[in-house]
Amino acid sequence: MKRQLFLTASLSLLTALAAALSGCKDSGGGSTTEILIGEVASLSGGTATFGQSSHAGTQMAIDEINAAGGLLGKQLKLITEDDQSKQGEAGTVAKKLVSREKVVAMLGEVASGRSLEMAPICQKAGIPMISPASTNPDVTATGDHIFRVCFIDPFQGKVMAKFALSKGMKNVAILVDSKQDYSVGLSGFFKDYFKANGGTITAEQSYGSGDKDFKAQLTAIKAGNPDAILASGYYGETSLIAKQARELGITVPLLGGDGWDSPALVEVAGKAIEGSFFSNHFSTEDKSPRILEFVKKYQAKHNAVPDAMAALGYDSALILADAIKRAGTTEGKALRDAIAATKDFDGVTGRITLDEKRNANKPAVVLTIKDGKYSYVTTIAP
Amino acid sequence: MDQFLQQLLNGLFLGSIYALIALGYTMVYGVLRFINFAHGDVFMLGAFAGLYINKALAPLLGVLPWGLSLLVVLLLSMAVCAALGILVEYLAYRPLRHRPRLNVLITAIGVSLFIEYTAQYLFGATPRSFPEIIPPHNVPGLGALTITSTQVIVLGTALALMVGLRFIVMKTRLGLAMRALSLNPTAASLMGVNNSVVISFTFGLGSALAAAGGILYASLYPSIDPFMGVMPGLKAFVAAVLGGIGNIPGAALGGLIIGVTETLVAGYSQDIGIPSGYRDGVAFVILILILLFKPSGLLGKVEREKV
Repeated sequence: MKRQLFLTASLSLLTALAAALSGCKDSGGGSTTEILIGEVASLSGGTATFGQSSHAGTQMAIDEINAAGGLLGKQLKLITEDDQSKQGEAGTVAKKLVSREKVVAMLGEVASGRSLEMAPICQKAGIPMISPASTNPDVTATGDHIFRVCFIDPFQGKVMAKFALSKGMKNVAILVDSKQDYSVGLSGFFKDYFKANGGTITAEQSYGSGDKDFKAQLTAIKAGNPDAILASGYYGETSLIAKQARELGITVPLLGGDGWDSPALVEVAGKAIEGSFFSNHFSTEDKSPRILEFVKKYQAKHNAVPDAMAALGYDSALILADAIKRAGTTEGKALRDAIAATKDFDGVTGRITLDEKRNANKPAVVLTIKDGKYSYVTTIAP
Repeated sequence: MDQFLQQLLNGLFLGSIYALIALGYTMVYGVLRFINFAHGDVFMLGAFAGLYINKALAPLLGVLPWGLSLLVVLLLSMAVCAALGILVEYLAYRPLRHRPRLNVLITAIGVSLFIEYTAQYLFGATPRSFPEIIPPHNVPGLGALTITSTQVIVLGTALALMVGLRFIVMKTRLGLAMRALSLNPTAASLMGVNNSVVISFTFGLGSALAAAGGILYASLYPSIDPFMGVMPGLKAFVAAVLGGIGNIPGAALGGLIIGVTETLVAGYSQDIGIPSGYRDGVAFVILILILLFKPSGLLGKVEREKV
């Protein structure tokens, strides 16, 4: 009897609590004091620095807007969910943000494979989504509510192929992460341009995210005597690839894309990654006042030099804020139209105009790693 | 030819790690007739223990020659994991000792998940860089072939541990008790063997081997995370089955075969038409083939189930 009483009491307490909580949630999104913005980021897991950086950049932009008085008379509130760098998890948390938190817009992800999971969810819910750094073309092809503030892989692949040819690298081997849409896409676009312009692919090897041993693939690549190796995956595997390549006596530079940009690359690979090249969204060596100001603010806050993911996260939030201001509302359709109309926006990563495919057309920079730091090599325009 | 030899070497070094982990699986199975699926996670804990011990003892290890500091880190981490292994057995498996074997098996999977996610909570999900305890340089005088000092040390340590294990099982009283227990637990306890002590010891020994494997693996592939044990654990399990589960030399042989096959498949993927990303699949195809054609494994004895 006593036990039953206890059960009833705790149950009713729970119900009350749930009601109170859901009451809070219901007022979200359309709250009179706050505009809720969702963010999906890989704060932990295999590509943790991507999410941490882009989140830091995004949060910085939101804080600045709020400090300046917010938008439409309301403060912005960023609700961030960690997808643990896991395929499958990004979709789950995006659904949660859309249906439970009722966010008005979505920012994220960095990795293309995970953005591709979020995109259909946002598209279906009629909520605009801006990916800071997913470069695979399919991401924005999902629907008219999906945008990005970075360049796309057909361009990035071309940049690295052009660069390799200009450096006299005629024979290149490719090592692709077959589990990542980003890596597969980038390798394909590199290969197309490279072969069409007189280059030869000596070998094509693949691995899966999370692999640790690449010696078999690298030994096979070494036999073809390439002038360079395109390692188109993310930084985690790339750092181990660089280490093992040097151990096997492969001295040629590695080439890569923006997926390399992480402090962890140099930390794990050390000397092995010196002299390799990768394409990126911006260079902190750039002396334009916009970048100098951003780097200074970011350093003051996080005591670290911002990487491209931080800069893109910052830009994605600013573009969203700019669109909310122009639209004068957070209603999905109007907000979408306002984002689509973004023209000559002065972002940290360059002047951003969203084209009819909802992509940003921007030049790419090529960086090299020298004495453990990134060093600017050249800029290649679209 | 050089390329082929190099691939064989790559496979050999990878296989020696699998062999080391497989020993733990096979030993526990040999004595208790159940698969400890948490073994791969103890392997991961070994690597993390190594990382933290190295950090905590940095001032001391800095003055020691690297060989000695490797030994200190290795032994301390093995001790930590042995204690953890005994604890896991005491808390999770001992209460189920006289229950159906399936209960213990499912519990092992639960323990495995518990360790993985607790580790993620404690250490974070971000991959960590493992310190270079062994100074990296290539072994000279091999022509086009390359072997690093790390690989040599790893292979040497793995071999030494295997020989040591063989000695413990075959030449010591505790080893004798382990073998007696694996033949017939009831008869063993009638002969004065304290089954609980022997089982604890078996778990401790297996976990210590896993810890050593974790540190050696992390020295070869210096990026560690809470889920690093899953794949090597599964492959070592396949290796143990391939060699004949319960058979110690069989586990070592199985590990080497899996390591070499996997490397050759990845290395010659273009010639044989299997994408190198499928290397993980190879181990499991081998598992299926073994289960189909020689379920007792290469060196295993055929056992008849008594009714």
